[in-house]
Amino acid sequence: MLERLTSAIAANRFGLGARPGDLDAIGSHSRDWLRAQLESAPPRLDDRQLRPSSEILVEALDLRREIQAQRRAEAAGDDTAAFTKLPQLLRPIYTEEATVRFRQAVLTDRPFVERITQFWTNHFAVSVDKNLLLGLAGSLEREAIRPNILGHFGDLLLAVEQHPAMLLYLDNHLSIGPNSKAAQNRARQHAERKSGINENLARETLELHTLGVGGGYTQTDVTSYAEVITGWSIGGDPGRHMRGEPGKFVFRPEFHEPGPKVVLGKRYPDTGYDQGVAVLRDLANHHSTARFIATKLARHFIADDPPEKAVERIAQAYTRSGGHLPAVYNALIDSPDAWTQPLAKYKTPSDYIVSSFRGLQVPLDTVHSPLASFELLGQRAYSPGSPAGWPDRSADWDGASALMKRVEWADAVGQKLGTRRDAAELAPQLLGETLTGTTRAAIAHAASGAQAVTLLLAAPEFMRR
Amino acid sequence: MRATPNFLTPQAPPMKRRDFLTAGSLAAGGALLTSRLSFANTATNGKSRFVFIILRGALDGLAAVPPYGDRDYPALRRDLAMQANNVLTLNDTFGLHPSLAFLSESYGAHELVVFHAIASPYRERSHFDGQDVLESGLIRAHASQSGWLNRALESAPAGRISNKELGVALGQNVPLVMRGSAAVTSWSPSKLAALDEDTLERITDLYAGDPLLAARLAEALAADAIADSPLSADGGAAMLGASTTATAAGRSPNKTGGAARYTEVIHAAAEFLRREAGPKVAVFDTTGWDTHANEGAAQGQLASRLAALDAGLRMLKEQLGPVWNDTAVLLATEFGRTAAINGTRGTDHGTATAAFLLGGAVKGGRVLTDWPGLSSRSLYQGRDLMPTLDLRSVLKGVMQEHLQVPARALDSTVFPDSAAAKALTGLMRT
Repeated sequence: MLERLTSAIAANRFGLGARPGDLDAIGSHSRDWLRAQLESAPPRLDDRQLRPSSEILVEALDLRREIQAQRRAEAAGDDTAAFTKLPQLLRPIYTEEATVRFRQAVLTDRPFVERITQFWTNHFAVSVDKNLLLGLAGSLEREAIRPNILGHFGDLLLAVEQHPAMLLYLDNHLSIGPNSKAAQNRARQHAERKSGINENLARETLELHTLGVGGGYTQTDVTSYAEVITGWSIGGDPGRHMRGEPGKFVFRPEFHEPGPKVVLGKRYPDTGYDQGVAVLRDLANHHSTARFIATKLARHFIADDPPEKAVERIAQAYTRSGGHLPAVYNALIDSPDAWTQPLAKYKTPSDYIVSSFRGLQVPLDTVHSPLASFELLGQRAYSPGSPAGWPDRSADWDGASALMKRVEWADAVGQKLGTRRDAAELAPQLLGETLTGTTRAAIAHAASGAQAVTLLLAAPEFMRR
Repeated sequence: MRATPNFLTPQAPPMKRRDFLTAGSLAAGGALLTSRLSFANTATNGKSRFVFIILRGALDGLAAVPPYGDRDYPALRRDLAMQANNVLTLNDTFGLHPSLAFLSESYGAHELVVFHAIASPYRERSHFDGQDVLESGLIRAHASQSGWLNRALESAPAGRISNKELGVALGQNVPLVMRGSAAVTSWSPSKLAALDEDTLERITDLYAGDPLLAARLAEALAADAIADSPLSADGGAAMLGASTTATAAGRSPNKTGGAARYTEVIHAAAEFLRREAGPKVAVFDTTGWDTHANEGAAQGQLASRLAALDAGLRMLKEQLGPVWNDTAVLLATEFGRTAAINGTRGTDHGTATAAFLLGGAVKGGRVLTDWPGLSSRSLYQGRDLMPTLDLRSVLKGVMQEHLQVPARALDSTVFPDSAAAKALTGLMRT
């Protein structure tokens, strides 16, 4: 009894949804099954088709310069062709990135690690509706997040804040200290165009990536930290300031605001690039960061309004280990609250789709466009629309229309697979002890195999995790 | 025989009961418009319609409504400052951004009130907390699970609308401003085939023991029922005409991709609001106002977003037809942006901004502001437009005069701790 409950929680809440046979394999070793997934290096993606962000970026920036030159040449002429060139370059990259990631989620034997990856991607959210992010969002996850999720938070943070995708998304690559060399040069050339900082990345780093909104920083800290990271930019572009490797992170001393700065009451001497690294290290070790991350993890893995005891346990593990993430995840696994309220979380559309594919073993080579499902159900890949990422509470996802779409989608899956899947046999394998008598009976009495599959996917216990 | 939707295999999309929406435009492009639209049925006199549009991301009020006559404005905005000859003049001090042609016409037709130097009670600079305060109607973020509009509907007097048609949802999920105990629902266009009756009945049974899912399913079915009901003799023709109208509204589809993305949501809003027996209140949100870099001036990034918004509003008026005369549309954002441009030709998070009240029911043709000026002394914290008008005063005035929400409810349950923000009356034609 209890074994079938904890294994269902392990596979469905901590993982990405049980596959047939998973619950039996987990047996009475739910916690060990999760811990074991943390023990080796993060799994690699099947990324043979994917290119480094620097290559993508160089190509995109070259194309953009070409388009701009063409526009200038044609003055107010028809630039429709130029307008579509960038998406033509970037959209296939986006599709490939999102598809590879989806395959990984459906096929992985370490679904807990994959869910953790998705958690961090959402924590450090970028959205493809801005600038060149269509071609870069996937690479942020692949290059900065994935390799660091089983290490220290400080390293993860540093990798993300200097990834070109994040610098572009939050506009830091062009932020210039008002007293920097670049600002002085520009003032001599264009009196009306004053150089200065852009505080977007600085604010969101404090608010969304580390301390959290109530974490004890002020507008002065935002401005000051924005000055600290002036010069955190991208190599090659823009034009005259050639420096560093094209498309890769570069520190531009000529953009950097000189002098010592005070952030959160601590004075940081001007050590150039290292000034920003020093602030990030301190932010990673701040108690507000520990609380903020613990709260978000507990919200994701336990309940919308997570119990204080669990948050405290996770925050303590964070602080004691100096932000060593496996220690943090283990504290989560060890929180009794994670195991006592089954089905406390309403699945996001992504959870719902991935768990359906895993549970029904939908053969991926027969799927024409898996990404269309995400769009239909309201969670287009890498498109949360804001740096806060997708919301993580039931009320954000359980709308009437959203439910109707899930049920219609379940019906479409049922129509497609029904005769080849035995829902009555699958239901206990996917849901374990969370399967109710009502659902079992509804599946047993279904009018067809297709309808039985629809009812399994539409069941209240399959809508949640 | 039902068609299988094309998410698994490529094939033509099936016909469905919700085909009155023009499909396709939402699929392309990004998330400028998140297309969440939710409705509620308010128990007013059965005539007044209210649309609340949330501009997420912090609209630059000083760009949307440039104070071109303020002597400190040019120095703050430098080469992005707009001048008398490129704004759509409202009066000697203020103009509308040149992209807002429809709003300008509406102002001339006395159907638009522009508010300036307005802000919610929120005084920090987080989008997400700012939006929470804007929607909850409380003075602190994350202090409520319900929104002010839902609580206002709850307090509106009982009317002639039968309970059967309470609350229909458009857009997949309900934003905070509409959440709460008054019956609301969400609705959005579906590209999936509808369920057959038998499967639907079985799922209804399956949800009988699950209060949340049972309620949501019932709400969705109620929304579908209204969407499927015949509108009027000219209903069919109007629906067929919709996509043409939309194309006309977005004159240059390539440049104003946002306009295309408004089409579905505006069209759906109009379809619901036009119905006598349908919902009377709609909410939807738009994104993309967070202009930190390369904001542009008369042309550019913000200009094309404003043009898309303006075209969407024009389309709403056209599609509402005679119902426009009973309609008030309120557009508000979580906060404004810095008075000066930043180092990347954009603006960072600020405080006060502009808001708009539009519609045939509005006593318009006015700019309402206690203009604080833009000298460095008069800026809030030395950087932002100083708030001099509480957004809640406007919301209270509209709720009271347009939806007949009692003043005592507005002062207590709808907007707790709002004694200082007195209802701004006289905004509606009577």
